[in-house]
Amino acid sequence: MAIHLTKESKVLVQGMTGGEGMKHTRRMLAAGTDVVGGVNPRKAGRTVDFDDRAVPVFGSVADGIQATGADVTVVFVPPAFARSAVVEAADAGIGLAVVITEGIPVHDSVAFTAYARRKGTRVIGPNCPGLITPGQSNAGIIPADITKPGPVGLVSKSGTLTYQLMYELRDIGFSTCVGIGGDPVVGTTHIDCLAAFQDDPDTDLVVLIGEIGGDAEERAAAYIREHVTKPVVAYIAGFTAPEGRTMGHAGAIVSGSSGTARAKKEALEAVGVRVGGTPTETARHVLAVLEAGR
Amino acid sequence: MDLYEHQARELFEEHGIVVPAAEVTDSPKQARGIARRLGGRVVVKAQVKTGGRGKAGGVKLAADPAAAELTARQILGMDIKGHTVGKVMLAQPVDIQDEFYVSYVLDRAAGRFLAIASAEGGMDIEEVAATRPEAVARIPVDPAEGVTSATAARIADAAGLPPQSVDVLVRLWEVLVREDALLVEVNPLVRTGDGRIMALDGKVTLDDNARFRQARWGSEDTAHEDPLEASAAAKGLNYVKLDGEVGIIGNGAGLVMSTLDVVAGCGARPANFLDIGGGASAQVMADGLSVILSDPAVKSVFVNVFGGITACDAVADGIVQALGTVRLTKPLVVRLDGNNAARGRAVLDAHAHPLVEQATTMDGAAHRAAELATTA
Repeated sequence: MAIHLTKESKVLVQGMTGGEGMKHTRRMLAAGTDVVGGVNPRKAGRTVDFDDRAVPVFGSVADGIQATGADVTVVFVPPAFARSAVVEAADAGIGLAVVITEGIPVHDSVAFTAYARRKGTRVIGPNCPGLITPGQSNAGIIPADITKPGPVGLVSKSGTLTYQLMYELRDIGFSTCVGIGGDPVVGTTHIDCLAAFQDDPDTDLVVLIGEIGGDAEERAAAYIREHVTKPVVAYIAGFTAPEGRTMGHAGAIVSGSSGTARAKKEALEAVGVRVGGTPTETARHVLAVLEAGR
Repeated sequence: MDLYEHQARELFEEHGIVVPAAEVTDSPKQARGIARRLGGRVVVKAQVKTGGRGKAGGVKLAADPAAAELTARQILGMDIKGHTVGKVMLAQPVDIQDEFYVSYVLDRAAGRFLAIASAEGGMDIEEVAATRPEAVARIPVDPAEGVTSATAARIADAAGLPPQSVDVLVRLWEVLVREDALLVEVNPLVRTGDGRIMALDGKVTLDDNARFRQARWGSEDTAHEDPLEASAAAKGLNYVKLDGEVGIIGNGAGLVMSTLDVVAGCGARPANFLDIGGGASAQVMADGLSVILSDPAVKSVFVNVFGGITACDAVADGIVQALGTVRLTKPLVVRLDGNNAARGRAVLDAHAHPLVEQATTMDGAAHRAAELATTA
């Protein structure tokens, strides 16, 4: 089962012929992803060879969907073109748009996430590593070879912290790992993923990774209390981040008293979520909870 | 990126919002001339990117040009919550009849902008919102529609603002969209004795991600006050100076934030945030090390890299190359984990630098780096 992405997913890559697009399309194919085409109006009709597989380039997302039945697109186009790329994909009726691109103006993200929502397209990202269902499919830039399939679902704002936890729990494995992105406005939230993991029979436990800024983790805590019966283990980064400074992620900024790591930790613990003090301790909590459930 | 009040005032003026006549200067002598041009009596306002400057003595009325010079001299160089006043704005006093509050802010959870307005402006809006929530109107703005006259009328009506403010609300939305702002706030928006609606003080935060299409944003706006941050920015590094003794280098913003926390948990204080990104090339590693080693407060350095896309042996090669160009003066604790971790550790072992040691876990490495920093 997994969430949002399975071995049945047919994946287009917008920006496949660029440097990052080429590199990561190769990696996605190696991880078993069914990459059915790239999109580039200037290179329509050509094919690109990736080792043993020739991937066709389409002039538009609509053409790609028509020819292949694609239901997922991964967006690698530069920030200035991301908005029109997502709008095009939503207009073409794609089910899921995974936006890897970093540095997209917030006004553009507000516009395309709202537009996609109206068209029934789920957006993951922007500024995210994408999502992986180990052993089945990988849509984005998450390293595929550091873990294996298993019962843990993971949702995270941060790329490298996702990788760290995937690696710490490599002997347990994951159903799906979703990097939702660290920007202030993202298409898919912690809550969206918690809801999907709750309904996913392959997921026994959810790891939630958050960081300072906004109140997404506090909202997730309220959602967990009402709707999530599966165990949740969390990790929050940014206890020592100073107020009012951006720490790499555009969304990771604390202003005033709300959005602090402490407030998030307390909100999660209040609804019975175990919160690890370090990534390693978080992994130990996961093992303990799974052990207790056996 | 936050703008100074005088920059916000200029943007408002360009978009047709009425603002008081004003000029900005860093010289008390010029302040006298400006006051004369503005009619003698002026308000002298410190230009700092922080709130509470009125209480701190950064806003004063001067009765005549001589007083304006004297007041400017007092305010320039003043420290307001850690910000040194480099410029003052001199503005014509305004005959205020009513004070209102309006802003457009990003509602992250809803993924759209929110109009916030109140007929009780001039004071701390957060306090008004906390004590009398019914006095503050919050109207979500449909991203596809923006703020039309009809939306603006709805906002004004909900907040109890006069009908003349509808035009200002529409123009303020134009400022937000055309200038790629994440926040525009006018506090107070005033009605003058002669019935005009005027923006008396404003705050604007621009979206750094939009720099590529906002060609006129100057480089002065990104000026760093800290010399280490300035030198890191010149090298294109994502570096933030902190008040500690353990230098930190890591890949990925989340992992670096986590590294700061783990070091703090070991009883030491992180000296900086430095994210070298996924690639972790030799050049970036060398640049990062040279910035951190030039911080006199640093006693030890913790390099925390998870090899995901980039394998650890490539990262280790990068570290070894960096050590060839940067003279290491402080102990370096390296933790490599992830893809090809064993090969990466072997590369560093073979290099056998006397000041470099390795740890196999993040927690273990943090303990060691903290120990080296506190006993040094």
